Amino acid sequence: MTDLKSTPLNALHHELGAKMVPFAGYEMPVQYPAGVMKEHLHTRDAAGLFDVSHMGQVILRGPDYATVARAFEALVPVNAMDLEQGRQRYGMLTDASGGILDDLMFANRGDHMFAVINAACAEADIAHMRAYLPDTVDIEVITDRALIAIQGPQAEGALAVIAPQVTGMRFMDVAVIGSDYGALWVSRSGYTGEDGFEISVEAGQAVAFAQALLADDRVAPIGLGARDSLRLEAGLCLYGHDIDTGTSPVEAGLSWAIQKVRRADGARAGGFPGADRILNEMQSGPERVRVGLRPEGRAPMREGVQIYAAEDATQPIGVITSGGFGPSVGGPVAMGYVPAAMSAVGTQLFGDLRGKRLPLTITALPFVAARFKR
Amino acid sequence: MKYTEEHEWLLEDGDIVTVGITAHAAEQLGDVVFVELPETGTEVAKDEEIVVIESVKAASDILAPIDGEIVEVNDAIADNPAMVNDDPEGEAWFFKIKPSDTSQMDEFMDEAGYKAFIG
Repeated sequence: MTDLKSTPLNALHHELGAKMVPFAGYEMPVQYPAGVMKEHLHTRDAAGLFDVSHMGQVILRGPDYATVARAFEALVPVNAMDLEQGRQRYGMLTDASGGILDDLMFANRGDHMFAVINAACAEADIAHMRAYLPDTVDIEVITDRALIAIQGPQAEGALAVIAPQVTGMRFMDVAVIGSDYGALWVSRSGYTGEDGFEISVEAGQAVAFAQALLADDRVAPIGLGARDSLRLEAGLCLYGHDIDTGTSPVEAGLSWAIQKVRRADGARAGGFPGADRILNEMQSGPERVRVGLRPEGRAPMREGVQIYAAEDATQPIGVITSGGFGPSVGGPVAMGYVPAAMSAVGTQLFGDLRGKRLPLTITALPFVAARFKR
Repeated sequence: MKYTEEHEWLLEDGDIVTVGITAHAAEQLGDVVFVELPETGTEVAKDEEIVVIESVKAASDILAPIDGEIVEVNDAIADNPAMVNDDPEGEAWFFKIKPSDTSQMDEFMDEAGYKAFIG
């Protein structure tokens, strides 16, 4: 494990008794002594603290935000130009065939754009941006800051002890807030379906900042295991599993992230990689779509389980891309791709689990209602 | 109590052996959310996969430690899989097996041996 990178919180994870695993090139905590189930439920009941420092933090700088956003729009099917200062938006880098290279968050921070990208894709994303963005846009990879998420109904209260200004932020607002731990780059967002924040903090201040939050009884450390079950219940895609270069944003059910101005009749229609396919799919409908799935009974159906239209069908019609046990749902939950014609909520299909065909039902996403503070 | 390298414990009582998983195994698995037990009356062969156990993290199998007939299964753990984490070496036994060759029991570790095995 010597070739693994470590985040600024690595020693703290060990001190907290975390079970560490390799993840996207980093040694990361998969769970703490409380275990995945309790960590998951604590996040939904109170507040969970997540080290997400493995994710890539990038600043795109140009003469002004508008210049950067205009250039960035050549890489994403998203309206970056009209994003207001102090606001963040979800988007995805697409490829020429309309697949997804990565999904990301980007923010208008006045004179520049700040983006958070997936750890496993970071190197490729940065190379992609360097190759396709004009020289007027400078790409600065932030390597001296940790990224910490605090999520759950008590997240605001716990973070407000350190940074009272966060109470005034709305979902997807971003702000730079001075604190005892240096300048915090705060966004009100996350990956759990709960209200919460992601905070970029100087690497040298990260341990003290995390310890200050953890000293609050409401806050417990949460590992990648619970992060995965939380995002699955929230119906959120995991790159490399639910979305990748083989899935288009339309198939993935992410058309909501493609604003009108970039659609076929919009003022800045198209102009991003894969626009032909993506805009065509938006108009005539994709062949297959991502859906929520509830297996009957208790047995989890995980990634790779083949989906059949009938108990005795010979050819699979789809596959599960994420699945497991949902602690808040109290049963197994999954997401996967099925033909659009069979994607109505309530449709019963079958998953092949260890040679047995077990029923599963298409269910509306998210499995657990989002509690964002809009 | 005897132990296998597959982290099962075996308790002999007359001609019946009760089988479960060790506390060490339960801890490694994490929160157990699903257990599928064999049918009572099934004849099983040593090393046959006869139990499916799923935790929040992953699915694993439990192998039959010996040849024999399953004479009883613990339906309580199928109804409440969390028992496996709460009391793995007590209430949360998995099945009872009637060995067809009791000499197969001789190869297993005692408690001291198992403790050394898991380090």
